[in-house]
Amino acid sequence: MTAIDVRERDPYRLHGGHGHAPGHGDGGPAPIRIVVGYGFWIFLLSDIVMFSAFFAAYAVLAGKTAGGPSGAELFDLRNVAIETAALLLSSFTCGLASLAVTARRSSWFYVAMAVTFVLGASFILLELREFAHMVARDAGPTRSAFLSAFFTLVGCHGLHVTAGLLWLLTMMAQIFAKGFRDDILRRFMCFSLFWHALDIIWVALFTVVYLLGASR
Amino acid sequence: MLGKLSWDVIPFDQPLPMIASAVVALAILGVLAWVFLAGHFPYLWREWITSVDHKRIGVMYTLLALLMLLRGFSDAVMMRSQQALAFQAPGYLPPDHFNQVFSAHGTIMIFFGAMPFVIGLMNLVVPLQLGVRDVAFPTLNSVSFWLTATGALLVNISLVIGEFARTGWLPYPPLSETAYSPGVGVDYYLWAVQISGVGTLLTGINFVTTILKMRAPGMSYLRMSMFCWTSLAASLLIVAAFPILTATLAMLTLDRYFGFHFFTNEAGGNMLMFVNLIWAWGHPEVYILVLPAFGIFSEVISTFSSKPLFGYRSMVAATLFICIVSFMVWLHHFFTMGAGADVNAAFGIATSIIAVGTGVKIYNWMFTMYGGRIRFATPMLWSLGFMVTFVIGGMTGVLLAVPPADFLLHNSLFLVAHFHNVIIGGVLFGAFAGYTYWFPKAFGFRLHEGWGKLAFWLTLIGFYVTFVPLYAVGLLGMTRRMQHFDVSAWYPWVLAAGVGMLITTAGVVAQIVQLVVSIRQRAALRDATGDPWDGRSLEWATPSPPPVFNFAALPHVEGEEPYWSIKQRAREQNRLRDEPDYEPIEMPRNSPTGFICAFFATVMGFALIWHIWWMVALGALGALATFVVFAWRDIPEYVIPAAEVARIDRANRSARREALVTYTGPRP
Repeated sequence: MTAIDVRERDPYRLHGGHGHAPGHGDGGPAPIRIVVGYGFWIFLLSDIVMFSAFFAAYAVLAGKTAGGPSGAELFDLRNVAIETAALLLSSFTCGLASLAVTARRSSWFYVAMAVTFVLGASFILLELREFAHMVARDAGPTRSAFLSAFFTLVGCHGLHVTAGLLWLLTMMAQIFAKGFRDDILRRFMCFSLFWHALDIIWVALFTVVYLLGASR
Repeated sequence: MLGKLSWDVIPFDQPLPMIASAVVALAILGVLAWVFLAGHFPYLWREWITSVDHKRIGVMYTLLALLMLLRGFSDAVMMRSQQALAFQAPGYLPPDHFNQVFSAHGTIMIFFGAMPFVIGLMNLVVPLQLGVRDVAFPTLNSVSFWLTATGALLVNISLVIGEFARTGWLPYPPLSETAYSPGVGVDYYLWAVQISGVGTLLTGINFVTTILKMRAPGMSYLRMSMFCWTSLAASLLIVAAFPILTATLAMLTLDRYFGFHFFTNEAGGNMLMFVNLIWAWGHPEVYILVLPAFGIFSEVISTFSSKPLFGYRSMVAATLFICIVSFMVWLHHFFTMGAGADVNAAFGIATSIIAVGTGVKIYNWMFTMYGGRIRFATPMLWSLGFMVTFVIGGMTGVLLAVPPADFLLHNSLFLVAHFHNVIIGGVLFGAFAGYTYWFPKAFGFRLHEGWGKLAFWLTLIGFYVTFVPLYAVGLLGMTRRMQHFDVSAWYPWVLAAGVGMLITTAGVVAQIVQLVVSIRQRAALRDATGDPWDGRSLEWATPSPPPVFNFAALPHVEGEEPYWSIKQRAREQNRLRDEPDYEPIEMPRNSPTGFICAFFATVMGFALIWHIWWMVALGALGALATFVVFAWRDIPEYVIPAAEVARIDRANRSARREALVTYTGPRP
């Protein structure tokens, strides 16, 4: 039995042990889908490291309100709960889009992606509205170190979601123009990884910034 | 319309930068004119600028590094000569200019000299040593290179248009905040480093994926060559550390551009947070540079001792140990900033412990040489020079790791001598060893040995004559970055360091002559077999220079030192392995994505520095459009027919067969 056979019968290498996994030798270079997914995971890890630096800065500066408003005075948890619901739901619909891709059902794919876009865009709009309210109350990022850190951390996540929305539209256009081609599918896999990772970061952000901040 | 840009920002009144930049500009224009008039441009565009071949990208990285090393070195010459002339005198560099020179020197040497050199050698060698055809993401690799080039270009533009930072190579606030650095100098630093930092991060991701997921059949982790291991460790460090740099510089940028309060002195900002964050990147960065150099020394010492590397597994363990502990020592860069005795003690101890990993390596290299048949070729000389020099640098490092000693020595020339001792003696010697060692692989001919040895000795002696006096004068209390001084006890040492600089300059000239002479005598220095040093790892199984696909058939690896065992078997049986069944090979097509993307990044970076907002939008849109166009292409690969593969491989096999017939046993 050659290494290729093993890989096809045992795609997750549950039974291969040392001999058959590409990491341990016999297999040779991994298939391109594995390589692309793996590389994108590494990118996501680096992105999370970047967020952790912003989280650390926020943790250091959270109490430095310089006489300005604190989180407890500013945060509207109802608004944040709706934002969270929109983002988490958008991950669910993104998952539906993945299923549609697996089933090669293009109409369901477009519907699921469109709903994902609407949910993501509503998240961004709610966030922008929150930012605008705060700036109007003289609680903009230049007011205090706490607010600088807040706007940067939350805004960085918001920029990621915005980039994700642009990517989402590009993916829809690509599936429309190119169909379910292998390279497009790999790209879609990376997109959905990215979109779910934004959820993970939001959960941390929601907890550290809003929940802890509102109770402070 | 043009933001802060006007004719006033070009320093017409300062002859020195004007003459220097005019010479550089004329040289660049001359080269460009020659390229276009002689009709070389289509060749350059097709074979180099748009190339996604890891070997070509590696060569371009190395070329960029060599140019930037020259630029950084000329800054060093200016600093040493200024201090030699500035005893109770103003010297020839006004303080404003001197501060820019030392800031540019550090920035260029680390980000655009050492980093591209190390990454260039990784690009050239790692896929060959892994026995594969390219890196995991070839076009991304080209993007990485061109973004690095963008950063280098922005730093050099600052020579003519505007000014560079006066803050030192790490822009500590509050000095780097708008209140104290209102000019564009710090902005040049921020955007140059930020853009090239993205390139470096992408390289890290690319190499982690390549090394972990793309290896020849049979090459398990513990059969990889040492250079692949250290490249893996360095790439992991890049992935884990560079995002911190990105975030930190982004915070400083927000402070400067929009009046945020991360690091300001008012509204609750915390400037010590910058120092913590920047060194949380900065200390791993030291090991990002030196670990690949350790890998190069391992390859060179083993090859030129004609022995397998001693203690291979302990070497792997030491590498990963350093990789992890490098994140636990950052505070030793600012013991004096008041973290308290307990914290300082913990970081002091961690710093001493990290030296153990390097100690293991030094002993392994010594035992590799012990009993070996040593050939003292130029790469080996650099390695031996490293072993002696780096141990001295390590000792002074352990000395500085003791917080009470650091309280006396911090910010002095003793510290400057220490880190030059480890970076020149470690990273630069390693890069030069690798450059000489792998040059024949890249170009098909060796570098001239005589000039190489001369360059080595001049550089080594020049290094000691420059930096031993700096150790001494640091102990006498001379602080770093002094534009002038009036302590007579320091003067002789500063003059001695100036003499050392002259010797080092002679070494640099010897390196340049070596390259020119080697190119002119390339027929005599030709490497016909692809294995000029009697090598042991897989890169020497390919012809020099290797074909674009590297290996006609992927090698099957059966143990450590895969090429050595293939070669030994051939020597014992007096015949090569059977010819493989040649098959057509698919390779990635060239792509101008990297170059065009970097063009827009340059436009955007320049516009951001000068606050030309419409141009920023233009640059960003252009870069985005480039990516979408790239994503739209339909045919990413081309096919090399089996007959062509066979032709190339048979030519190499006949050269190897000839070498096998004339083989007379190991060389003395």
